[in-house]
Amino acid sequence: MDNLMLLYAYLFVLAAFTGYEVISRVPVILHTPLMSGSNFIHGVVLVGAMVALGSADTNQPWQLALGFFAVFLGAANAVGGYVVTERMLAMFKPRQKPDAAEGSGK
Amino acid sequence: MMPLIQASYFAAAILFILGLKAMSSPVTARRGIQWAGAGMLLATLVTFATPGMQSFALMILAMALGGGLAGYLGRVVKMTDMPQMVAIYNGMGGGAAAAIAALEFSRGHVQGFTVTLLAVLGALIGSVAFSGSCVAFAKLQGIMKKAHRLPAQNAVNLVLALAVLGLAVKLVAGPFPLGRDLALFFVLSLVLGVVLTSPIGGADMPVVISLLNAFTGLAVGFEGYVLGNPALVIAGIVVGASGTLLTQLMAKAMNRPIANVIFTPISGAAQAGEAPIGTMKEASAMDAAAMMRFAQKVIIVPGYGMAVAGAQHKVWEMARLLQEAGIEVKFAIHPVAGRMPGHMNVLLAEAGVPYELIFDLEEINGEFATADVALVIGANDVVNPAARTDKSSPLYGMPILNVDQAQNVIVNKRGKGAGYSGIENTLFYGENTRLLYGSAQQAIAGVIAEIKTLAG
Repeated sequence: MDNLMLLYAYLFVLAAFTGYEVISRVPVILHTPLMSGSNFIHGVVLVGAMVALGSADTNQPWQLALGFFAVFLGAANAVGGYVVTERMLAMFKPRQKPDAAEGSGK
Repeated sequence: MMPLIQASYFAAAILFILGLKAMSSPVTARRGIQWAGAGMLLATLVTFATPGMQSFALMILAMALGGGLAGYLGRVVKMTDMPQMVAIYNGMGGGAAAAIAALEFSRGHVQGFTVTLLAVLGALIGSVAFSGSCVAFAKLQGIMKKAHRLPAQNAVNLVLALAVLGLAVKLVAGPFPLGRDLALFFVLSLVLGVVLTSPIGGADMPVVISLLNAFTGLAVGFEGYVLGNPALVIAGIVVGASGTLLTQLMAKAMNRPIANVIFTPISGAAQAGEAPIGTMKEASAMDAAAMMRFAQKVIIVPGYGMAVAGAQHKVWEMARLLQEAGIEVKFAIHPVAGRMPGHMNVLLAEAGVPYELIFDLEEINGEFATADVALVIGANDVVNPAARTDKSSPLYGMPILNVDQAQNVIVNKRGKGAGYSGIENTLFYGENTRLLYGSAQQAIAGVIAEIKTLAG
């Protein structure tokens, strides 16, 4: 195992723990917006798609088509995910005292 | 240029994590999505400066088309249709990850054991998330009406899964993969996603969407390694892990292990459960209005029927009328009511129902016994008493809202048939239950009109 691979292994494990910890205390009322928000965050796949399309061989229509498809889908994931999450959360403006909604707060 | 790009990716990753953290509290949630959005914008913009990139025109066209379409639809879609939008955008992310894998393979850029392994795994998981999410979208949108269960479903799943895994091993272990094997691998992975998701319905749907969301995260993380991009790895794996936790929380709320959700989907046709005794008794809007207007305490249990009809505003209008008459009104929300966890909370928040009136299963279940009326609006499986009592019922063991313990139960449903999952609900035949037929929107409007005449 070379050094870079080892670093990525650390990254995988630490990111997994972070993901687990970050949402371990979330009230039920936020489950849907949170799912939607995390759906937006994996929209960063757009960045990967851009790099993939950008490095595709311009003489290979198949590669360009795949790259185009990837960027199209990635952009839809990112933009759609943001718009939908933002709309949901816009309704959670602190109205009264939001703490009451935490409930049992598992 | 590269150090600046890498630093920007690093900053974006931190913004994603902080954003996700902020989104887990109602007070900071809005800030959270904005931070994450800023991170995304930064990461996307600096990517244009990556050295050696070509095909910018094509790239910008794809971004404008995909982003424009999704942004437009996301803005105009009704609040009640949000779950299927989350499902389809999630599927697109999975599809993008799979397409990246396909492109990297055809460029001959996937070499070495670890890279090939993660590229293949990401492609498999991404494809399943893509086609599975499309099926989930079709179901929630009503394009696909019923749960389709193949004969010997689990055997088909198993054979298909083994075939895909076999091909995956061949791709990883073999010499540079052949185009034919790769194509077959992608096709089978897509079919697997469809076959796994098709039989699932009813209360299991939210769990599936959440699981597919976690899948996409993992696929993105794996392809991030293939591309050597730490931002994709961090964001993908964080979402994969948090999505898995969220899926577990939901599955736990239903007392159904995730394996059961996938391999023994709830479906009434297969296992009937006990035949209900008694008859269904109908209530008119007038009856319902009178029962609630002269009650002391009313608990409202919203379900998918309210979402479909978009009746949340009417429901809140009715609740306010009752409150003005001095009646105590509370809302009880089952963790998996609707088609996504928290779906009902979002809709009630949209209508303006204050948080203080909305209660979780554990908080409110003791109170049904002291309520004069429990009004169930388009919920079914989550209030089926068979889950408590009938060992032969497929729902047995799932925690439910104990509406049957209220003095009177009014159930609003569209027709006489069984619910989404096809399981008979013994609640409907109860001695103290009355059924108020009609779509939630018109039924509640009728009740409001009657309450007003009672007041005057």
